[in-house]
Amino acid sequence: MAIEIEGKTLETDEEGYLVNLKDWVPAVADAMAKEDDLELTDEHWDIINFLREYYDEYQIAPAVRVLTKAVGKKMGKEKGNSKYLYALFPYGPGKQACRFAGLPKPTGCI
Amino acid sequence: MAKADFETPELQEYVDVPELVEDTMVHLSPFVAKPDHNTDLNFPGELVEDWHDKALAKLDDLRGRFRSLQVYLDSCVKCGSCTDKCHYFLGTKDPKNMPVGRQDLLRKVYRRYFTFAGKYFPKLVGAKDLTRETLDEWYSYYHQCSQCRRCSVFCPYGIDTAEISMAAREILDSIGYGQKYCNEIIAKVNKIGNNLGLPGPALADTLEGLEEDVEDETGVAVKYPLDVKGADILLVTPSADFFAEPHVDGLIGYGKVFHEAGVSWTISSYASEAANFGMFIGSYENMRRVSLRIRKAALDLGVKRIVFGECGHAWRVAYAFLNTLAGPFDFLDPKYPVPQHILEFTWDQIQKGNLKLDKSANDDKVLTFHDSCNVARATRMGDKPGGQLEIPRNVIKAVCNNFVDMHHDTIGEKTFCCGGGGGLLTDDLMEIRVKGALPRMTALKNVMEEEGVTHMAAICAICKSQFTKVLPYYGMDMNQIVSIHQLVSEAIILTGQNSGDEEDEEGDEEDDDPDA
Repeated sequence: MAIEIEGKTLETDEEGYLVNLKDWVPAVADAMAKEDDLELTDEHWDIINFLREYYDEYQIAPAVRVLTKAVGKKMGKEKGNSKYLYALFPYGPGKQACRFAGLPKPTGCI
Repeated sequence: MAKADFETPELQEYVDVPELVEDTMVHLSPFVAKPDHNTDLNFPGELVEDWHDKALAKLDDLRGRFRSLQVYLDSCVKCGSCTDKCHYFLGTKDPKNMPVGRQDLLRKVYRRYFTFAGKYFPKLVGAKDLTRETLDEWYSYYHQCSQCRRCSVFCPYGIDTAEISMAAREILDSIGYGQKYCNEIIAKVNKIGNNLGLPGPALADTLEGLEEDVEDETGVAVKYPLDVKGADILLVTPSADFFAEPHVDGLIGYGKVFHEAGVSWTISSYASEAANFGMFIGSYENMRRVSLRIRKAALDLGVKRIVFGECGHAWRVAYAFLNTLAGPFDFLDPKYPVPQHILEFTWDQIQKGNLKLDKSANDDKVLTFHDSCNVARATRMGDKPGGQLEIPRNVIKAVCNNFVDMHHDTIGEKTFCCGGGGGLLTDDLMEIRVKGALPRMTALKNVMEEEGVTHMAAICAICKSQFTKVLPYYGMDMNQIVSIHQLVSEAIILTGQNSGDEEDEEGDEEDDDPDA
């Protein structure tokens, strides 16, 4: 599978995740969101940027609680929960947001 | 992507045995493993050219190594007892998802090549050649079995479809036709130490965050220690407990119980996974390799005991196989079971009166309990038969005022699988996961309507994730699924805890912990 971004063809795996993490540009997130019938707002981008920063440091997506805590600190306590994240990313912050952010899919019993 | 292109079965008052519809699920196969995931596990990277002969040789090898497999292949008399016992059959109507139908996919090939009648009169005994179509059918239908073993409870010969399904997967792996989900994950355990691929620094960061949260909430510095040499207890828990919800609330609960018990404990970054998918793919060698990490961690850290967190199949591997896979554990303290389940530990503390519990903290819920297949049918807890069914319920009742069981045909040793076990907890198998959840969803809905149940507790990372995902398909809420230790965590009053509201009067009898 592949996704067309700014004239370039980027390889994705069978579940739509980027194969080469270095291929990521912001337009990837926009294009993937469009396929999922989502329009990315600033709130979405806050999450996507946090995921990318965390991944840079730890080579893994943040645990749900790490993410909700960071969101709560930045955007107010009422948003620091997974309900808020699911409202933004209906298919799950762990999986959908990671895909938009160009991170590999989290695996395991989750 | 990932929109449902199948229909969720409608919930009725009870699950009717469906009329057969052939091949409703033949289209469903999981993603095939990439070459490097296979080679990491010492399997060929991709389907080998001489797969036909290699597959038969492997089948021959396995029936020699495991007497049980040979007996299971020989002894079915087609009595029909198992036919309506599989959740995947009940949810899909596909006769190949009947346990006997599933077994026969392998049995027909076994008969053709390894029995006298099958060699000379194949048609008379339902013996069939091994063809590419058969191979693909194996790949499809042996990944529609969660190896939950419910059918084996009803089989008068005790035929265990799980073992047949494991053998089939082992044959497929041996010819380079493995499943992506399982093999990628086992490769991650070998490289990083857990299913998630959560490296040590990320794990440390996550645990520190939990310590902050618990201290913020309670005022008590409960520790979630990592790689502490000389600790008494090594906690081995599914990595989902670090990562996902509701799992992490259970982990918080384990930490609170250890804290109140006054024992020293640690998690290991090297063996940061209880799950052992080597069992799902039927590979003794891979199961052993994963288990040996636990042994090494226990030796390196110098612990005296090993305690397992809430994980269904892990407890089967731990309880039934750990000693032969990675033993002897003669370096551990012989006063305690090797290994021990966290529920055994917690129940013991409750009985000794070491935990101060306020049941009313869970009064906003009416609980029921989902027995995990592997725990219910393949293990035990405590020192009495049936302890694995009783102890989880005892703990729930000790921390909650409202508990109701689901229908007796759907719990205990007859429990229905959550629908996501055995290596099926992956998005590419969502259709079978949703349909296979039908019997459990039906039983849950009934106790919700009749008894006012609001939440279902589970003790397995897979069950928790599976229900979180499938409950909404059936019009229920993902937050209805909770960990037992989440309930414990809510009810426990830590020594010195700031109570928020009224009850400061208990300063007199601080339960200190002479034993534990």
